Amino acid sequence: MSGTRPDKSKLYYQKVSATWWLKKPSYLLFMLRELSSVFIALFLVIYLIQLSQLIDGPQAYVSFAQKLSSPGWILFHLVVLAFALYHSFTWFKSTAVILPIRIGERLLPREMIIALNIGAWVLVSLVILFLFLALKG
Amino acid sequence: MIGEKTTEPLWWGLFSAGGVIAAFLVPIHILIAGFAVPLGWISDTGILYRNWSVRIYLFILISLPLYHWAHRFYFAVNDMHLGVPRKPLALLCYGGAVIGTLITAWVLLRL
Repeated sequence: MSGTRPDKSKLYYQKVSATWWLKKPSYLLFMLRELSSVFIALFLVIYLIQLSQLIDGPQAYVSFAQKLSSPGWILFHLVVLAFALYHSFTWFKSTAVILPIRIGERLLPREMIIALNIGAWVLVSLVILFLFLALKG
Repeated sequence: MIGEKTTEPLWWGLFSAGGVIAAFLVPIHILIAGFAVPLGWISDTGILYRNWSVRIYLFILISLPLYHWAHRFYFAVNDMHLGVPRKPLALLCYGGAVIGTLITAWVLLRL
């Protein structure tokens, strides 16, 4: 794009309140989807802190994991899991829109693409669980 | 952001890759690390983290969703119209993800 940008002071800006996303369920769901990334990142940071305990030896690592069995942490992980599953589902849903699959002349129905994604997700999860059990010693 | 126009595809690519990792890989790790190990359903002494393939996998698992967070959080806070200035916010989000990546690499190399 060439040319000069319009003078910002001459542009019209509509005033938007800071609580607009609370006004419709679909807006709220959008914001919850965006905020799911916060919970996913928090989980990974705590997981990394747990892994870093191994620098001090297996004992520190095991006792850190035991601390995570308190009701507060279990509740935290339940919330994190709910947000993570919401992210997965909405991600598969948008994949079906952004990356449509064409077979010959016909487009695969979106529901089918979502189902394929969920199938792949279940398979990948089972493989990770299996590998974890096989490698943990 | 500094060099916004030229670096945007990079951040978007990292966001997208992180979103895929978060969608497909993170839920089972929450089940394992958040429930199964703490509650004693699975015993784990951390031996598997000596494996280099596991460490490389963990680097991808932990670092990429940080960029997914950075991108979504940056735009969510902007969209909320809280009056947070854009440039410091971008620096906090994307800079935070870069620092998180470095810390992840540092921890995984020391295990």
